[in-house]
Amino acid sequence: MFGLGMLKGLSVTMRHFIDSYLYDRKPWEPRYNSEWLEKHQAIDGKGFFTIQYPEEKRKITETFRFIPMLVYEETAGDPRCTACGICARVCPPQCIWIQRATDARGRPKAQPKGFWIDATICMSCGYCTEFCPFDAIKMNQVHEMPTVDRDRDMFYDLDKLLVPVEYYAELHPSDYEAEEAARRAKEEAKRQAAEKRSAAAAAKKAEAAKKAAEAKEAEADKAVEPSEPDDLTRIEGIGPKISGALHASGITTFAQLAGTGVDRIKQILEEADPNLLKLADPSTWPRQAKLADSGKWDALERWQERLKGGRGA
Amino acid sequence: MAFDLGAIEAQLNEAFPGTEDSPGAVVDRDGGWLVLDADQIPAVATHLRDEMGYDYLTHLSASDYRDHLEVVYNLYSTQPDQTGPGIPLKVRIPDRADPCVPSLVSVFPGANFQEREVWDMFGVRFEGHPNMKRILLWEGFEGHPMRKDWHEPYFEQEQKPFKSRWPNPEPPTPRSAEQRVRWRANVQYPKNFDPDPEQWQPMPEVDVTNGVIVDKIDVGRLDTDRILLNIGPQHPSTHGVFRMVVGLQGETVTSVYPVIGHLHRNHEKIGERNLWTGNIPYTERLDYISPMYNNFGYVVAVEKLTGQEVAERAEYLRIIMGELTRAVNHILAVGFLFNELGAMMTPMLYGFAEREHVLDLFEEASGARLMVNYYRFGGVARDVSDDWLKRCRQVVDRLARKIDEFETLLTDNEIFISRARGVSAMSWQEMASYGVSGPLLRSAGLAYDIRKVEPYSIYESFDFDIPTHETGDLYDRYRQRIAEARESINILLQALDRFPASGSIQTGKKSWNPKVPAGEVYSRVEHPKGELGWYLVSDGGTNPYRYHVRSPCFVNLGALEAMSVGTLLADSIVILGSIDTTMGEVDR
Repeated sequence: MFGLGMLKGLSVTMRHFIDSYLYDRKPWEPRYNSEWLEKHQAIDGKGFFTIQYPEEKRKITETFRFIPMLVYEETAGDPRCTACGICARVCPPQCIWIQRATDARGRPKAQPKGFWIDATICMSCGYCTEFCPFDAIKMNQVHEMPTVDRDRDMFYDLDKLLVPVEYYAELHPSDYEAEEAARRAKEEAKRQAAEKRSAAAAAKKAEAAKKAAEAKEAEADKAVEPSEPDDLTRIEGIGPKISGALHASGITTFAQLAGTGVDRIKQILEEADPNLLKLADPSTWPRQAKLADSGKWDALERWQERLKGGRGA
Repeated sequence: MAFDLGAIEAQLNEAFPGTEDSPGAVVDRDGGWLVLDADQIPAVATHLRDEMGYDYLTHLSASDYRDHLEVVYNLYSTQPDQTGPGIPLKVRIPDRADPCVPSLVSVFPGANFQEREVWDMFGVRFEGHPNMKRILLWEGFEGHPMRKDWHEPYFEQEQKPFKSRWPNPEPPTPRSAEQRVRWRANVQYPKNFDPDPEQWQPMPEVDVTNGVIVDKIDVGRLDTDRILLNIGPQHPSTHGVFRMVVGLQGETVTSVYPVIGHLHRNHEKIGERNLWTGNIPYTERLDYISPMYNNFGYVVAVEKLTGQEVAERAEYLRIIMGELTRAVNHILAVGFLFNELGAMMTPMLYGFAEREHVLDLFEEASGARLMVNYYRFGGVARDVSDDWLKRCRQVVDRLARKIDEFETLLTDNEIFISRARGVSAMSWQEMASYGVSGPLLRSAGLAYDIRKVEPYSIYESFDFDIPTHETGDLYDRYRQRIAEARESINILLQALDRFPASGSIQTGKKSWNPKVPAGEVYSRVEHPKGELGWYLVSDGGTNPYRYHVRSPCFVNLGALEAMSVGTLLADSIVILGSIDTTMGEVDR
């Protein structure tokens, strides 16, 4: 019968029409309601599909990406970024500019001096995040950014890009957890390998070291008077007891400590008290002492913040 | 029949033996490509079409090797026993000043648009072409941009990454991108063009009808007149920025001249500048209705060059994402088709609601709804959770229900049937001669689906049918899309059932600048809209040497005039809708 097909079709639109009354917000309910939104945008939802933006907003997923941001650990002066430049090179529209910082002598330092992202060019592809070896650049989720001045507001420099690691952990919790787990596993593996190595080296060198120690002792008698002793406890990991042990073996200044090998320090500690080695890890001490000797207290303190009992973090 | 290029070469040598005065048709063999003598190419093409069954020219493009140009052709067969890999042919043109090749339009009408594109981009003239005009750029444009020695106005460096970004760039000033762009530095004006506004003269009008005047058509007792009508470029039913110059006799269409290129950004030049990896997010901007499948086509093409294996779990994810895209694309295409028919909003918005659920899945898996950037060489970007898979199954079940609802809503509608039955019907033979591919070709009765005839990824392991219809009219095109969406659901259910419980999603180490071994390849996939192909040439570096997209919408549009002539003006809009074009892909 002519018209039957049309009636069949109209039954579908009629069902949608009725559904929109049965399943949707009732007139006496609050006008903008996020619970309502979740119900109706669910996979088995019925009725209206449209939402009242901006009063109602869709939930964005954890993986959502928009414009990159840079993650720092504790202070904004200490970003994870090492200015290696992979993100700037892989970026398909080339919207990242990175200037590498230099130290006092003009040598490149693993830190960005300038970092700019042109958000008007960025195509939100997420490659920078994907290929960053240091988990330093991540995708921000702020996507509503109307502005009256593109030059000022859409061109991001370090001030605008840097965010604390907690912010990142909040935006992408599962990514953050996965990265932290991977990092812990890597550190654990590294530590175990180092322990094995040092144990083997210690056994091997035990004989030779004994002889060398005897020779050194003889030498130490002839050595010139050591200069004014430094406060060795300023080195992270050295307490009064270890400081005493080092003094007893003739190491009293930062310069001397900096010039002493890690194995030699271990040996000194072992001779003084075998229990000391269980508590302390001297692997960073010579480098710390070097910084202290050259008077770079700021750098030393920054580093020490990341160290735990003198162990590399 | 196993494909054997050597046998074909031998047959061609037999048919076109060289004499002392002239060489044989096949002058050389370049890897997997037969190099033909330029003058004999129409004869060889006719022979291949009529005697050997290779009657389907799908891809035609060119490449610039600095000392010579090459035009490449990919011929396939519609014969059931000859489907599979086609014959890759090429022609070398040493003359860069005025390169010239005989046109194939008389043999394969589908070569029309692609030859014009080659003329536009490379400046290769096709002798005997009925309308050798630019197609993506405007008449009067200076230069042929895909030539290696042509540089665009804000040209910075031959290849990315740019040196000005790292390690010691100047702080970028001024800060806004368009002020930084040095428009003035490299601008090329058309010949005889004076940039002084006082001296400005409009460009001469281009006759877009190509001088074709059709005699008066008898429409009863009405006195009619021939008029030219511009539809677009901003008409809401033109699927983007598209202009049709329609010749009308009364209300009957006598000629259609598509004017395209309004969205042209030279995707291919950008592609040759990018890293191999950098092109993946750009491909989504081609057909923005089905971004996942564009990713798919590109990574399959590059993997053909590198020979990289794909992790099993990633293969399943690729299929799931690809088929979700296809189902949604077909539902949307039907919605748009009805929009054009005057069923203004209902089917289209029903389609969009379904799409939202699929986009939710995409967002969670990839991080973005539209510009997904999900496929990687040898794998995919992110793994999915079990919860995602559960919801994916729910969405697939919902899609299956909604396709039924679409059928109830539309299939038996008498108004639709009377508008669509018999309109724009075309045999598959004629469609194949125009290079038409995808649901259009199958709606006319030819079961030609690249997932079956030249399988890629793991499609071979799935059990699915290629639905076909008979007449290729508007109604069959609609039913074809619905049937294909159902087959996608079928594939999705199988993929979800067999989805590997664990495993890697990436083979090898993912590199940000992989090197691709030197070689050239034409690789094609069955995009929801038709045959999406990539012609890639690598010189062994980190950037493509030649990057060409064989866009299904662009080639299908070539048949628009043949499909529309003789129909009514109101129907020509629907015919455009039934081809299902996305201008981002047509204009590239």
